[in-house]
Amino acid sequence: MDENKNQTTFETDEFAGESLYDSVKVISPMRLVLKRFFRSRLSIVGLAIIVLLFLFSFVGPLFVPYAQDQTFYIERTVKMSAKETFTGADGVAYELYDVTEGISTDKAPPSLEHPLGTDNNRMDVLVRLMYGGRVSLTLAFLVVFLETILGVIFGGLAGFFGGWVDMVIMRVVDVFICLPGMPILLISSQLIKAIPAISPDARIYWLMGILTVFGWSGTARLVRGQILYLREQEYMTAAEATGISSFSKIFKHLIPNVMPQLIVSMTLGLGSIILYESTLSYLGLGVQYPLAAWGSMISMASPANGGQEILSYYPNLWVAPGVLIVLAVLAFNFVGDGLRDAFDPKMKR
Amino acid sequence: MAKYIIKRILLAILILFGTSIIIYFLVRNMPADYIDNQTAAQVQQGLLTQEDVQRMKDLYGIGDSSFGGLVKGYFEWLGNLIQGDLGISFIYGQPVAQVISKYMWISFGISLVALFFQIIISIPLGIYAATKQYGIADYTVTVLAMMGISLPSFFLGALLMRVFSIELGWLPLMGLRDATQILTGWPAFVDLCKHLVLPMVTLVILSIGGMMRYTRTNMLEVMNSEYIRTARAKGLSEHTVIYKHAFRNTLIPLVTMVAGIIPSLFGGAMITESVFALDGIGYVAYKAVIQADIPFVMGYNMFIAVLTVFGILLSDLLYIVVDPRVKIK
Repeated sequence: MDENKNQTTFETDEFAGESLYDSVKVISPMRLVLKRFFRSRLSIVGLAIIVLLFLFSFVGPLFVPYAQDQTFYIERTVKMSAKETFTGADGVAYELYDVTEGISTDKAPPSLEHPLGTDNNRMDVLVRLMYGGRVSLTLAFLVVFLETILGVIFGGLAGFFGGWVDMVIMRVVDVFICLPGMPILLISSQLIKAIPAISPDARIYWLMGILTVFGWSGTARLVRGQILYLREQEYMTAAEATGISSFSKIFKHLIPNVMPQLIVSMTLGLGSIILYESTLSYLGLGVQYPLAAWGSMISMASPANGGQEILSYYPNLWVAPGVLIVLAVLAFNFVGDGLRDAFDPKMKR
Repeated sequence: MAKYIIKRILLAILILFGTSIIIYFLVRNMPADYIDNQTAAQVQQGLLTQEDVQRMKDLYGIGDSSFGGLVKGYFEWLGNLIQGDLGISFIYGQPVAQVISKYMWISFGISLVALFFQIIISIPLGIYAATKQYGIADYTVTVLAMMGISLPSFFLGALLMRVFSIELGWLPLMGLRDATQILTGWPAFVDLCKHLVLPMVTLVILSIGGMMRYTRTNMLEVMNSEYIRTARAKGLSEHTVIYKHAFRNTLIPLVTMVAGIIPSLFGGAMITESVFALDGIGYVAYKAVIQADIPFVMGYNMFIAVLTVFGILLSDLLYIVVDPRVKIK
């Protein structure tokens, strides 16, 4: 921190009438963190990508007149060919190619009205990308928020009270950590898919609940470890001496000091939730058709589901959602990493 | 040490008990199970009555879906488990343990080769990045590693399939063997290997990022320690300092990390295997979940949970073995 070194020097003569405090530029810890954060190029790139993705998915649809499930019948002539092999009367094998022209209305190529074309359900790909982004981003933020609340409460209780409270909570955390993630998410998604009372629109909230229930344990562990360490610090003895309640000891003195680690793990968590959500959508267990999700847009190109034609000839349908998933996850990872470095007082840079 | 191990194993059993309760209640609450799916047509045609279906379900111990029934079913299942009986898979008609051990090896093979490449690629890269901290090489390696972490397996799989099997035609698209010809012996093995290249590459690309960053962080930590300064002060060459002094201590967390991974190699990669339609344990389990093959899903999930617990235990114990500074309280 070369620039900060000189900030405490001042000319005694000029400021004779002022106290020392007036002439020293005080930088709050928050400012310091922000300064260090913005010094890293990767963090800025990450932040820029996140802002752009938010604009794309939340503001973008306002400028497009189509709905995500609106269908467009765009006629175009396509050559359909059929091949047949047969052995003629002369004993020679012949190959017969039958080429006809047909009219197709789906999977229209990119045009001015539809920059990424339309998909096999004749819906606009770009618009679906925007709405898919809404789902991924909203879900990620909600899940991480809820996970953090649960994790802070349980981790805080375990770390602060110790003893049997800690014992019970940590064993529950252990159980959740040992649950096989993907199979459990699949089973739970199957469960909510079958409940008829849940409309397709509301399924995303159930999905969110499931991701939260199976995701809070990591946060709880982090918070507990941190609080166990902070509890032994001297400022906590001072807080003890003032005779304040344990509630304010936890929430006023301990939690704020856990925040740096918590913010980093939340940011990194956002990326992993997006990955989970898109995987579930890819498997058809996330947000349901006709609502759009990035994962389900890629699943149309899966050869295992008969999407080999799309995989081979229509990259405009499946490459863009994949790129957006990568960008979103990458951006959150960049920002999380940048924050970790910025919060770390040991970082010399 | 023995006391510590026994304590940890007892704790592991307790954890597995809790895990099994959650899994059992989730699985039993799954919608239409395999029996419903298989008998739906006959019930509709009047060949079977609801009572017949119910009798079949009772036979498998999944007839009663009330809370009491679930509790009773759980303890029956647990009793069988303790006797080493995981039940019979609905889809395969064989004992669950047999089905798992049949499909486990292909997953293990893929993951083992992938782990090998993961190690020989990510550790040198991580060390290189650490020695050139904040240099161009460090940034490049970090960004590439982050991209690997951020890629969804299904998208990477689709890209690889598109480029290497559709565009270039070098490798088969999916499955485990070529369906158009019957091969035996050596050609069959070569064919199998060709089918496994893309899934392995997918797994390697997805996993090198994490290990590389882990190596880099640990290497940086070691490089900041005092004995490294001493080594430099002695006038040793930078090469000796890094590869003889620092590298050995970087290995400690890496060895424990790899030990933690090894049990999970048997569990299969569910999504990657599904994308490439490989008959590994992961894909088999995926199909079983979709078709609600209750005994198999239960067995598979418990198998994974045991592997996870075992992996954590193994890495903790190994940490004590390889790092003499760690002492058991």
